[in-house]
Amino acid sequence: MKTTEMAIIGAGPAGLSCAVEAARAGAKVTVLDENLKPGGQLFKQIHKFFGSREHRAGTRGFRIGQQLLDETEKLGVEVLLNSTVYGLYEDRLIAYIKDGRDHTLKAEKIVIATGASENALAFPGCTLPGVMGAGAAQTMINVNRVLPGEKVVMVGSGNVGLIVSYQLMQAGADVVALIEAAPKIGGYGVHAAKIRRAGVPIFASTTIKEVLGEERVEGVITVELDEKWKQVNGTERQFEADTVCLAVGLSPLTELAWMAGCEFAFIPALGGHVPIHDRNMETTLPGIYVAGDVTGVEEASSAMEEGRLAGVAAAESLGYIDAQKAEELKKEIWGRLDALRTGPFGEGRRAAKFKQLSSRRLMA
Amino acid sequence: MIQKTGVIYQGYPSEQELSKSPGVPSDERIKRGPVAFIECVQEIPCNPCEEACPYGAIAVGQPITNLPRLDEKKCVGCGACIAKCPGLAIFVLDGSEQKAKISFPHEYYPLPQKGDVVDCVDREGKAIVKGIVLKVVKSPKYDATAVVTVEVPMEYIKIIRSIKRPGRS
Amino acid sequence: MRIVHHPILGDETRVCNAIITVDGRQIPAIEGEPIAAALLAAGIKKFRETPKHNKPRGIFCAIGRCTDCVMIVDGIPNVRTCITPVRDGMIIKTQKGLGEWSEAR
Repeated sequence: MKTTEMAIIGAGPAGLSCAVEAARAGAKVTVLDENLKPGGQLFKQIHKFFGSREHRAGTRGFRIGQQLLDETEKLGVEVLLNSTVYGLYEDRLIAYIKDGRDHTLKAEKIVIATGASENALAFPGCTLPGVMGAGAAQTMINVNRVLPGEKVVMVGSGNVGLIVSYQLMQAGADVVALIEAAPKIGGYGVHAAKIRRAGVPIFASTTIKEVLGEERVEGVITVELDEKWKQVNGTERQFEADTVCLAVGLSPLTELAWMAGCEFAFIPALGGHVPIHDRNMETTLPGIYVAGDVTGVEEASSAMEEGRLAGVAAAESLGYIDAQKAEELKKEIWGRLDALRTGPFGEGRRAAKFKQLSSRRLMA
Repeated sequence: MIQKTGVIYQGYPSEQELSKSPGVPSDERIKRGPVAFIECVQEIPCNPCEEACPYGAIAVGQPITNLPRLDEKKCVGCGACIAKCPGLAIFVLDGSEQKAKISFPHEYYPLPQKGDVVDCVDREGKAIVKGIVLKVVKSPKYDATAVVTVEVPMEYIKIIRSIKRPGRS
Repeated sequence: MRIVHHPILGDETRVCNAIITVDGRQIPAIEGEPIAAALLAAGIKKFRETPKHNKPRGIFCAIGRCTDCVMIVDGIPNVRTCITPVRDGMIIKTQKGLGEWSEAR
């Protein structure tokens, strides 16, 4: 059986950042990812990130991804690709499939950084080819350089819906409408402004009534909602469209954390059931850590900080960083995390994270 | 359609939100020569504009959710901040001559060329008036965000914010 | 449709260097790209039909999670085309229901 000091499941922004911190401290790190390429969803983020210099603000996401890959390579981190982890067993035993074969890996510390997946939405026609996640469309245009369609209706005005709308236009598609069920736009005004001045109408208090088409999307009928979220007859609009993108939130990919036996808290603001962790990102199971969207859907910048936190904490408990140095590092990272969780858009997440952190104390 | 005004309803800042914003220069300053016009009215955690300014004319400070504050005396309208803003929310306005010059970030293909006559659009993307492209600046430092300057009649200086998005390539 | 020019990513430098056969039709593809990308580039959006009602389905998540995009690839059913890379000469079929293993594989 293969052994390592630290196994990280997921080579996205959280997992890779974690690997870099731990390997830099001297730990032997193995990263597992089911994809053929590392980077998770970072390589489809072609916009400039927000935050401050320490968060690499102003740098496009895919460039941050490349820097992370370069660092992991330089530090000699072992990255096992095409490796699907399907089991976490007692004594930190990992079972995974690579190239159609079963393997096991035993680790002293495990970091679960499996990310999140997009939510679906039910409406007549929601299963027609051409209805897809906004992130799926983003993968197609920015990673695979293929347009999934030419006339898009975007559903959801959070940052994902706004950013992907913009990027669809950069790729050459038209976004014929963005609709939002809530009475106001959810994401950053600056992202909304970009697509508005490109001519995209935003319809608030509006949802999909029906998607038209037999074999594929041919059109969309929207309808307005009243203050009780009821459809208002007579407010229908029809759009010619070949694609409907759903940007209606994400759900943490928590299967492995459940399987391992981590305690969970239900926190809707973070995407539903999330594994409880402490300020070291350690779960209720000693030696098992979480980082990134799996423990609360935010964005890549905070995922990277949580990854670093888990990396420092795990390396500390392996004896690679002394307590004082670790304390300093963790303080810096928490400072950067708190900075991302301030203001009208961040306060809710900060409060939710606080609830998640205190859940452990309540249980104990 | 949205009737209420304001960034959370319309997707762009209202006159009122802009007038209260510390990133917006005075009309007198715009008349004196090029100056940054920062359309950032929500407290989001972001500060690259502060670092981008070589003249120290933009301050965000701590916490980084503060709205950017423009010192219109220090700002020379160089436009270094335009491509650095991840929100593409900074413009440079010059109302010192007979015609207005408006500089804005541009990230679509193809880029316009100097001398092109283009449809200039407002914050809703509506083509309002034709304008002439005076300048297209690309720089490795801007990382694929071009800065385009157009000339339009002066009455549109507070209205025009971009050019019509090119059609499918 | 392929994105040839892009303001941020630059011009496409890869070229189609593979041919795959989809329900008997040959389409050009790029070795190593996901099968789903090659299909969308060729304008194919329907990947399978559901078992009970024979409803058409296409990609949904594009990251290998949802299994909406599964097809029969070289005789193997339920292959997630959004994360399976193209190899020259692949034979791909629209999957009906749960699909069937083919002897041709």
